[in-house]
Amino acid sequence: MTNSSPQRLLTPKEIGSYAFLALILLVVLPMSMDVFRLNLVGKYLSYTFVAMSLVLCWGYGGILSLGQGIFFGLGGYCMAMFLKLEASSPENTAIQSTPGIPDFMDWNQLTALPWFWEPFNNLGLTLLAVVLVPGLFAFVIALAMFKRRVGGVYFAIITQAVAAILTILIVGSQGMTGGINGITDLRTLLGWDIRTDDAKFILYFVCVFFLFASLLLCQFILKSKLGRLLVAVRDTEERVRFSGYNVDNFKIFVFTFAAMLSAIGGAMFTLQVGFMSPSFVGIVPSIEMVIFCAVGGRLSLFGAVYGVLLVNFAKTTLSEAMPEVWLFALGALFIAVVSIFPDGLAGLYKTYLEPTVDKIFGPLYKKFKQILPSRGSAVKSN
Amino acid sequence: MSDKDFVLAVEGLTVSFDGFKAVNDFSFYVEENEIRVIIGPNGAGKTTVLDLICGKTKSTEGSIKFCGKELTKMSEHGIVHAGVGRKFQNPSVYEDLTVFENLELSYPKGRNVFGALTFKRSQEVLDAIQETAEMVFLVEMLDKSAALLSHGQKQWLEIGMLLIQNPSLLMLDEPVAGMSVAERKKTAELLRKITKDRSVIVIEHDMNFVADIADRVTVMHQGKLLSEGSMNHVQNDPKVVEVYLGH
Ligand SMILES: Nc1ncnc2c1ncn2[C@@H]1O[C@H](COP(=O)(O)OP(=O)(O)OP(=O)(O)O)[C@@H](O)[C@H]1O
Ligand SMILES: [Mg+2]
Repeated sequence: MTNSSPQRLLTPKEIGSYAFLALILLVVLPMSMDVFRLNLVGKYLSYTFVAMSLVLCWGYGGILSLGQGIFFGLGGYCMAMFLKLEASSPENTAIQSTPGIPDFMDWNQLTALPWFWEPFNNLGLTLLAVVLVPGLFAFVIALAMFKRRVGGVYFAIITQAVAAILTILIVGSQGMTGGINGITDLRTLLGWDIRTDDAKFILYFVCVFFLFASLLLCQFILKSKLGRLLVAVRDTEERVRFSGYNVDNFKIFVFTFAAMLSAIGGAMFTLQVGFMSPSFVGIVPSIEMVIFCAVGGRLSLFGAVYGVLLVNFAKTTLSEAMPEVWLFALGALFIAVVSIFPDGLAGLYKTYLEPTVDKIFGPLYKKFKQILPSRGSAVKSN
Repeated sequence: MSDKDFVLAVEGLTVSFDGFKAVNDFSFYVEENEIRVIIGPNGAGKTTVLDLICGKTKSTEGSIKFCGKELTKMSEHGIVHAGVGRKFQNPSVYEDLTVFENLELSYPKGRNVFGALTFKRSQEVLDAIQETAEMVFLVEMLDKSAALLSHGQKQWLEIGMLLIQNPSLLMLDEPVAGMSVAERKKTAELLRKITKDRSVIVIEHDMNFVADIADRVTVMHQGKLLSEGSMNHVQNDPKVVEVYLGH
């Protein structure tokens, strides 16, 4: 396809990719797994939001964030706060010295709900907070850093520092955050018990729905001129700047968007796993996310999704068998990705498998292309 | 004479890097539709002058007036929007994108976040890209990755990326460096074509090329103005011969 031909949001080939992923996530896995395993996959899927966010901001924009756990965690905490308040109704907490507040507050001698917990009595406000709190936080970090032209390694280190500081803050203010244990013992969502097998089954599909919505949204961004600008900024930032773009604003946008996306993953994590703790905020999970993304292929949204799934399946299998080996295996995997196959699984797929797949499905794509109306006006091709 | 008569009026421009004055009390004026060439030995401060004009480096002292607007206090993108385009010394194009996409991104539309998200490849955009590609001899390469271009073609592409923005002042830092003789000839032709309705500042070491295109020549040495005038005048200036042309 030439550059100047009209752009489609989805080419037949991409529709094929979506269909394949949908087949796996909506048919194969739910039919072949019990709810316990499926819930585990759901947990992994919540990480794919972070991996996708890294494809945008790191793979395309060249902004390495070693602190995506911050936003995953904040999104997760916002959701957890709502669920915790619902679980802490005066009836449920009658034995506490102050009934009606979360148990860990009572244990820490708090006698009233802190002000910033108040909005989380309302589901609508909570859902807004899930994306807006991490979004705003990311916006402030990005504004402060990118307007000062802090970038590259320095930016990565700062995101890492923020992740560390946030973890310390959460752990340190036990009475207000649940401390090191996090927010646990979550029960119902508007009266619907999320701990049951049925709920877990449904939440898995909700997660898959958001995953596809996010994939489409990311793809829309990457296919717009903004996507190409991100690549241009990664290549030669100066040239973009001196072509009349306010580069800082584009970086702020993509970093903030990535944060919001990660936060949705965090909220889905809380809903499916039933708790949120500082161990998903800090440096280690943040770096793990980068590894997931790198293994999948940092230039491929689908690659990121498969990367998360495969690494986590490996993690579960391996750490059940030999827990002490896992971290070394992860490290080795990362080194292999960086030095041997920098485009990750997506790159390997492209070189070795895609030609065969294209041969098989090529005629089908062609047929599809004729049926699909193209976006935009008919344009002469060069 | 008021500043308004000049497209660009640089006065008393000084920049100091930790005490080292790379540009020192430098003044020069560029008229409408003029091709001005700046020459001078390595390290004379030529590139730094362009950096100062386009806002990449902030001046310590002095003023830069472009069509009556003071540039020293403007943002980089503001200066571009005002109509100043600048080519870098090392060709800088987006190597991971195609020639078409390089030109498309340079088209002056949809330059904020929302605009970029909703940007459409309208006929107008396609025409501008086609026209520019023809001008810089790259029509055949439109769908090729910019990384595959030769050094000279990258220089042309970058010039094209500036042309598509239609700046009223175009600044080119060593545009024919690394080009073959034939390519230099084509570039000289190109420059003459594109200066019909704009002013151009060119930094160049190749004296034949300079003689070929320059309306007037400014010679810099150690951050200062050494000589200025027609090619003929400058070539016969003993000061210039001593520090630069004599070598
Ligand atoms: N940001 C900077 N910090 C410190 N010194 C600098 C900076 N930019 C330029 N210089 C110095 O200023 C002097 C002028 O450099 P400049 O690049 O303008 O020279 P030039 O005339 O373009 O030379 P050339 O012909 O080699 O391109 C050099 O000595 C350079 O080392
Ligand atoms: Mg120079």
